[in-house]
Amino acid sequence: MKQLRPLYLSAAFSVAVLALSGCTTNAPDSSADDSIKVNSTADACALSAATAPGGTVKFEVKNDGTQVTEFYLLAEDGLRIVGEVENIGPGLTRDLVVMAPEGKYITACKPGMVGEGIRAGFELSAAPEGQTVSADRAELQKQAVTLYAAYVKDQAEQLLAGTKEFATAFEQGDEATARALYPQVRMHWERIEPVAESFGDLDPILDAREADLEADQEWTGWHRAEKDLWPPASGYTSMTAPQRAALAQKMVADTEELQARVLTLTFTPDKLANGAKELLDEVATGKVTGEEEIWSHTDLWDFQANVDGARIAYEDLKPLLGDADAELDAALDAKFSALQKILDTHKVGDGFTFYNDLTEVQVKELSTAVDALAEPLSKLTAAVVK
Amino acid sequence: MSQPPTADKDPSSTSQRGFSRRAMLGALGAGGLGVAAGALGQGILSGSQAAAVPVSDVVEFYGEHQAGIATEAQDRMHMAAFDIITQDRAEVIALLKDWTDAIEHMMRGADVGEFGATGGSYDAPPEDTGEALDLSASHLSVTVGFGRSFFLTNSQPRFGLSDKIPEALVQLPHFPGDALEDARSGGDLVVQACADDPQVAVHAVRNLARIAFGTATVRWSQIGFGRTSSTSTAQKTPRNLFGFKDGTANLKAEEQKALDEHVWVSGKTGNEAWMNAGSYLVARRIRMHIETWDRSSLREQENIFGRTKAQGAPLSGGTEFSEPDFAMEGRSGPIMPMDSHVRLAHPDTNAGVRMLRRGFNYTDGSDGLGRLDAGLFFIAFVVDPRTHFIPMQNNLAKNDALSEYLKHTGSGLFAVPPGIRAGQYLGQGLFT
Repeated sequence: MKQLRPLYLSAAFSVAVLALSGCTTNAPDSSADDSIKVNSTADACALSAATAPGGTVKFEVKNDGTQVTEFYLLAEDGLRIVGEVENIGPGLTRDLVVMAPEGKYITACKPGMVGEGIRAGFELSAAPEGQTVSADRAELQKQAVTLYAAYVKDQAEQLLAGTKEFATAFEQGDEATARALYPQVRMHWERIEPVAESFGDLDPILDAREADLEADQEWTGWHRAEKDLWPPASGYTSMTAPQRAALAQKMVADTEELQARVLTLTFTPDKLANGAKELLDEVATGKVTGEEEIWSHTDLWDFQANVDGARIAYEDLKPLLGDADAELDAALDAKFSALQKILDTHKVGDGFTFYNDLTEVQVKELSTAVDALAEPLSKLTAAVVK
Repeated sequence: MSQPPTADKDPSSTSQRGFSRRAMLGALGAGGLGVAAGALGQGILSGSQAAAVPVSDVVEFYGEHQAGIATEAQDRMHMAAFDIITQDRAEVIALLKDWTDAIEHMMRGADVGEFGATGGSYDAPPEDTGEALDLSASHLSVTVGFGRSFFLTNSQPRFGLSDKIPEALVQLPHFPGDALEDARSGGDLVVQACADDPQVAVHAVRNLARIAFGTATVRWSQIGFGRTSSTSTAQKTPRNLFGFKDGTANLKAEEQKALDEHVWVSGKTGNEAWMNAGSYLVARRIRMHIETWDRSSLREQENIFGRTKAQGAPLSGGTEFSEPDFAMEGRSGPIMPMDSHVRLAHPDTNAGVRMLRRGFNYTDGSDGLGRLDAGLFFIAFVVDPRTHFIPMQNNLAKNDALSEYLKHTGSGLFAVPPGIRAGQYLGQGLFT
């Protein structure tokens, strides 16, 4: 958590201004580290060194050409990509950090993003002590994404099955069943929320809250049904049977589309790790504040599901956290457990306490535990993409 | 420190009624000035020469346009919106006259009222509240505007002005994601006070609120602690609380033609003629989810803005002031992402429309969950919000990747009347 400055004192104001205007050169610090400088131009790919110690290796790639460029570290066969950095605009500098063992490699700059690139041999010597690198990190990465893809597929299937069940109850006016199913089924959505949200067209159709809408925009999806099942005390007209039927059928059709598209997705370790971080963001901005389910107050179901999804991604990525990241690994283990312990105290039957029954102290406790986990979790991506 | 184009050249030309804080500084001598400069920490650092050559940090009050719009953006802001509580047109006019007088005084660094903070009866409360004593004019500008509810309440005309309401002074629509709080939105009148010194800005609002007692009451007010926009080519682009330079392509005071096209109202006749040389002020209190932002990777941050964090160069390359190349292709789609803030806010994406942004970073302490209640107090001046704000805001709210980290909690739209000559009062055109 960021430290607060006392901003209301005029002396502190001046300090703040100095701090704001003082940072004129925020260029990546290149003096202290052992990064390898790469200069990419239209016809050259110059490295400041042709050899380096193995372990964590950092390339600082500057595009001195006029086209977008890329930089690759390839295995000796020239085919397998060990690491890559894309989309380096003219004049810009980008870092590539990889974790690679001793051995022979090939570097390549690809100005214009076409062809084989400008290639050269590159060699890594033995890694410094304490920086052991798994010989086959690529295989570990592949295992992680395969596991996670299976999880997403399973959750999408369960979401579709549950949505159908919910839709039937909602359409038939069986409100008690629909209300019981609502938070349970939504958990499948919430577990894979970043994946679902990656479909920019389906997300608002299925999960928009009323406040998310543009003036005159049609409101569909889960939260439309939520408001009808937990209607406001006054000023609300219930949906008619045909309106309910239309909404229910659309939810099923849209979820079928979602489930079909999920099958076509490919994952990468950074997507998993970023997804885990985004899930905690969702908890921090939507669930712990009770803004997600303003009518049903079933925010803790979503909360639990977001945490589930993040934990699965972390566990799938765990083998990639090497010795150098042991501390991060331990912190994540501890913070996931601590948060789960607090969530468990709010369990009621196979569900949870309603958000509006939580005290301010309880909300603060949950929020603090979320922040405590989210901070180390935000470091996961950088650790696993190496 | 460079002088803003609106700074006065001849202080003697303004009315000398009232106590001048600057005269007091002179009377105190160099020692007193040293203390004042130290307390300010900035703004009048050249004050030690003041005894010989008066250093002007006065923004001219009179002029074609109100100050505080094309004026070089100051670093501090206090804005307040007021609700009128009288039904009496004459009282409203009296308030505007009193405000005009007080603003004219304060902008040249003088106390409010005839006797100021310490010159009146010993048995009466001082006319000026006094916390700006010993402080210079500090480039104070005060800008006054009228909200839609000034003309109409629940569709009922007020003060006989309903036919004078400009067509452009619309009710802003609900934008996707809006979480507006009533107590931070709307208002019949608005006062924007900007200065180099926060105490000078707060002093201005405090004294105007005091003058308004019985006629108008403060509905909301907001302090901004650091400018987020440059309105002059002489100013560096500052950073917002996300740590990015934003508004690099802002309208600048030097772009006279563009200001005439995008900021100043002109060519109005009949009932709207009073708005000529005026503008529209859009205010949005945009809370930032600072904590989640701070956990996002630099890659994500730069892709969201479409600029590098260090230099502010567009991701298509070059330096801060290089034009973004929206057509440049990257590995998977344009190198300036389709949902990046720069792309969506750029004139090219908005039918060539530009606005004069004059926003401020704010923080109002923390919320109950221990998170900073901080963000951007967005202020923009535009010729017509229907063409120059609403379409863009709709587009940003729907598509901007940044929206995920933002929550709009307050909103206001105000018609800002033109500037005045000596002897007139602000908004006079509306009542004649």
